[in-house]
Amino acid sequence: MVIFLQNLVNALQWGSFYALIALGYSMVYSILMLFNFAHGDIFMVGSYIGFGVSMGLIALASSGLVAMPNWLILVLTILFSMFLTSFVGMIVERVGYRPLRDAPRASAAITGLMIGIILETGNLALLGARRVSFPSLIETTTYDVSGVFVTNKKIMIVVVSLLLAFALHQFVRRTRWGMAMRAMAFDFAVVPLMGVPVNTMAALTFAIGSALAAAAGILFGVAYPVLDPYMGILFGWKAFVAAILGGRGSVMGATLAGFLLGFTEIFVAMIFPSTLRDLIAYSIILLILTVRPHGFFGEPYSARLRL
Amino acid sequence: MRRYFRTPFSRVPLLGWLAGILIAVALERLAGAPLALALGLTKVPVLFGFVIMLKKPALIPSAVLYVLLIYAAPTAVVTRLSISPANRLAAWLVRLPMAIPVAVHLGLLYAALHIWAEISDYRVLVLKLTLIAVMVTLSLNVINGYMGEFSCSHPGFMAIGAYFASVFTVGLFVNDQFFGAVFLPQALGPFLFPIALILGGFLASFGALAVAIPSFRTRGDYLAIISLAFLFIVKSLIENLEFVRGPRGLSGQPDWATLPTVFLWTVLCVWSINNFVRSTVGKALNAVRDNEMAAGAMTVDTRRTKIVAFLFAAFWAGVAGGLFAHVLRYVNPSTFGIQKLAEVLAMVYFGGLNSVYGSIVGAVSISLLGEALRPLEIFKWIIIPLLLILVMIYRPTGLIAFKDLDVTALLQPKRKPEEEA
Repeated sequence: MVIFLQNLVNALQWGSFYALIALGYSMVYSILMLFNFAHGDIFMVGSYIGFGVSMGLIALASSGLVAMPNWLILVLTILFSMFLTSFVGMIVERVGYRPLRDAPRASAAITGLMIGIILETGNLALLGARRVSFPSLIETTTYDVSGVFVTNKKIMIVVVSLLLAFALHQFVRRTRWGMAMRAMAFDFAVVPLMGVPVNTMAALTFAIGSALAAAAGILFGVAYPVLDPYMGILFGWKAFVAAILGGRGSVMGATLAGFLLGFTEIFVAMIFPSTLRDLIAYSIILLILTVRPHGFFGEPYSARLRL
Repeated sequence: MRRYFRTPFSRVPLLGWLAGILIAVALERLAGAPLALALGLTKVPVLFGFVIMLKKPALIPSAVLYVLLIYAAPTAVVTRLSISPANRLAAWLVRLPMAIPVAVHLGLLYAALHIWAEISDYRVLVLKLTLIAVMVTLSLNVINGYMGEFSCSHPGFMAIGAYFASVFTVGLFVNDQFFGAVFLPQALGPFLFPIALILGGFLASFGALAVAIPSFRTRGDYLAIISLAFLFIVKSLIENLEFVRGPRGLSGQPDWATLPTVFLWTVLCVWSINNFVRSTVGKALNAVRDNEMAAGAMTVDTRRTKIVAFLFAAFWAGVAGGLFAHVLRYVNPSTFGIQKLAEVLAMVYFGGLNSVYGSIVGAVSISLLGEALRPLEIFKWIIIPLLLILVMIYRPTGLIAFKDLDVTALLQPKRKPEEEA
């Protein structure tokens, strides 16, 4: 039981990363019917931007100009990096996706993949092949809850990602912009006639998705403080799986599926040898998709390919 | 421009071009090394001088001159002079049964490639890998282009073929790590090698059932995920098989994937895929892509069509994988991952969807570009993606999309305009 609970805690943390990244995929998908395959690499860029921002803030704090406690640095890092990374997302949309909005969907997928490769290589060219380690901003405190070890970092990661997912849900449900997004997801052709600025909304969607990916990147840096330029690839593709599993454009679905993927991976590793993790986790996903081909919350509509 | 470059060569038949190229490479074989020395290059430029130009900008004029003197000038002169005999020969050839002119053209092409590659081992390797890339790209185009699905499982099929063929050849002919003692002599190997490849292809087809059967119920993005999950599963399965040494990879494949073998298999692959996509099943594939329901109403058996396409494409991917393993003589599960997928997808979409020409062009240009830009090191991976993005923006379906490869038309002599009228 203790082992189970311990793994549950780990799975919650692991699932938070997937959930946050999957949200970005899901948002873009619901509105433009496109997958942003550069998203995993935006997660990586967000993580590096977070690294840069936090180093800058630490230098500022230690120079004595502004007195800042470490937790404030972390909060500011998250906010600043989310803001900066959202511009990366908007650039990706402008360069790779807007010119291709009427093209076959697969072509846009290819530009996305290629932008991802450019981001990875660009990072490698700028910073070199060495890995950087994320500064440790908060002290790890371990709480022992009747045998289950919970660290303050884990609690923070899960709470922050749930808060962000909840905020996004509220944004999509309650605001005018959110309403415009839902309308675009419903019918992309009619919405411009109703006076909704489609291009602005698409850019905004990419910005929001990228900001969430940046948050995930920083949280990842807090938990596993080694960053390398290729860390986004596997995370990106796995979160893509989670986004599909959640169903088209469902904030709830993507969050839930992200956590589910985290749970599957962690619990498979708990029961079986950890090298079998991918094998069993993806077999389970294959089974789920065979039974429910449109994910948990997606309605069975026919995805007509614009080829 | 048109007057000087297009018009003089507008009547050159394919036979003439092949003859010109053959003469050019033969010339390089005879006079390449002394000419390179005379121009101040240390050795014969391996890949049309690109590598030299990028490494030492000072040598750009000599490299360009070398390419002009060795390749461009002889080809141009020979093709221009041979217009009339080549046309007469082509006209005579096309009257014979189809197999003969095709064999003559392929023989010339092979001779040119062979002489070109003989100069260095590096050229042989590049050529083999390029031919294999052509096979993989074509087979992916069957699914992504002709059938219009976004399948991500091709590296998985390749991995299955590569591992099966390797286990077969290594186990039966090389050492006792799989089936006890070696019980077949090495000399028998090259004859049984095709069997290993074909069985590997069949196994890949069998694996493709895992993607083909879900494709009855779902399309598009969900099928993309299913195929992606398949890729992860295959890779992870191989990593966990201690039998094939898991993530450490399998080495010691015999050196049977020689240039003629790879060339023959590639020709076979192009031929069969070209016939496949021009057959009724191929046309049914296009119908399923454009509107599955309407295709069903027009008596197309959509399930059968889909399953045949998947199995067929997976077969060729498996064969290509087997060849790949024997060219490199080492396989490793991580070779067949997301990176390989991105590479193959890039080749398909760069060259053009729904087109055999396009796949050949895409595979050849991306693999040669990858080799030619090697001196740029990592910046290569900025230039190639940028190029691909530009192609996607200006020609979203690829360079040569939706074009049939009509072999009969290709072999025809080019008549004078007045003769046609």
